Amino acid sequence: MPISIEIVSPEKLLVSQSVDMVVIPGSEGDLGVLPEHSPMITLLRGGEVILYEGERATARYFVTGGFAEITGERVTVLADTAEPSSALNHAAGERQLQEATKELSDAEKAGQTDRLVALMEKVQVAQAIVDVTATAH
Amino acid sequence: MPSLKPLRNRINSVKSTQKITSAMKMVAASKLRRAQAQAEAAQPYAERMERMLRALATAMADQPAGAAPALLAGTGRDQKHLVVSVTGDRGLAGGFNVNSGRAARNLVRKLMGEGKQVKVLAIGRKGRDYLRREFAGQMVDNPMPGSRKRPEFGDAELISGIVQDMVAKGEVDVVTLVYNHFRGVMSQVPTELRLVPMTPEKLDDAPKDADQASYEFEPEEDEILARLLPRALSIQIFRAMLDNEAGFFAAQMTAMDGATRNAGDMIKRLTLTYNRARQANITSELVEIISGAEAV
Repeated sequence: MPISIEIVSPEKLLVSQSVDMVVIPGSEGDLGVLPEHSPMITLLRGGEVILYEGERATARYFVTGGFAEITGERVTVLADTAEPSSALNHAAGERQLQEATKELSDAEKAGQTDRLVALMEKVQVAQAIVDVTATAH
Repeated sequence: MPSLKPLRNRINSVKSTQKITSAMKMVAASKLRRAQAQAEAAQPYAERMERMLRALATAMADQPAGAAPALLAGTGRDQKHLVVSVTGDRGLAGGFNVNSGRAARNLVRKLMGEGKQVKVLAIGRKGRDYLRREFAGQMVDNPMPGSRKRPEFGDAELISGIVQDMVAKGEVDVVTLVYNHFRGVMSQVPTELRLVPMTPEKLDDAPKDADQASYEFEPEEDEILARLLPRALSIQIFRAMLDNEAGFFAAQMTAMDGATRNAGDMIKRLTLTYNRARQANITSELVEIISGAEAV
């Protein structure tokens, strides 16, 4: 029995199809979702949503964060931004990571504690881009 | 006898005006199609966001009052208002900008009449200029660059950030959005939408199916809600901006269509006058020649 997956960004509906399993990057760790999963709402971190048909990963999408709603029949990913992982660029990710790390340490030195959480997330997203692009598919 | 030259000039000038208006109509029509497609594409996210919000609000309902964040439940007061007005940046769109601007103005006046403190945030240059005339001291700066392009989600997030800031600092209790709802090409309706506190009716009315209450949350509800609410706010603003964009081009198309038709009528009338005057000239010349010939 398949499970339907939708990936939606504020600007458009990216994916709407049926697959056998979906792996989503939950804020507390990756979640592999099979049909009949118990209903759940979770935050996402920067990472890949991977669609599986049988044992094979058929599509990968990179999201920079967002939310996911899981019920027995469907997974709805509300991504902050989403794009196919193949569109990512390793070098750009490295640059982004450097910038974000610098920003974070600057903010730490300046004692801007209210910005730290947001900046840490930025670093995490950049790190995820680097990781994803490093293991070339 | 009216002379012909000024008439001919007039006809030519109306003709070139007509060319411009008809070109603008065509441009507006194609931009309208694009804006409509963009508004449609944003629909799914908003719908699913609402569904998720409902599930969370239901889960939060069991918790003691006061636990819900201000964006959802409000600050419990109703004294300081913020009116966010959305209009177009450009004119030549009939009553489009004025209708929305006037709706915002009336709302501000009404609230002030009730003794509330009101601030105004204007998205769109036309509305800003219009509202600044009357409420110069109450305007909140909008850092959004005068948009030369289609609305982007980032713009909506910028505005949403300002609103969240103001709510967090206790500068406002209630936030209302006034924009032109795009009902169809011929009709855009000025609409008020309550942003903060987020319209609770909508959340309560919805059918609570059994599985909704049984969601697991990861991390805790309030943590997700704290992330989801700002997002939901941005989305509502984004939708209003998209609606506004589509409505603007629809209104512009209609206005330019009317202008083109009026120019056509005018050309017809002027051409008639021109031909009559020319005929009168010819006739009188003929009369002169004939009577001259007879005199010989």
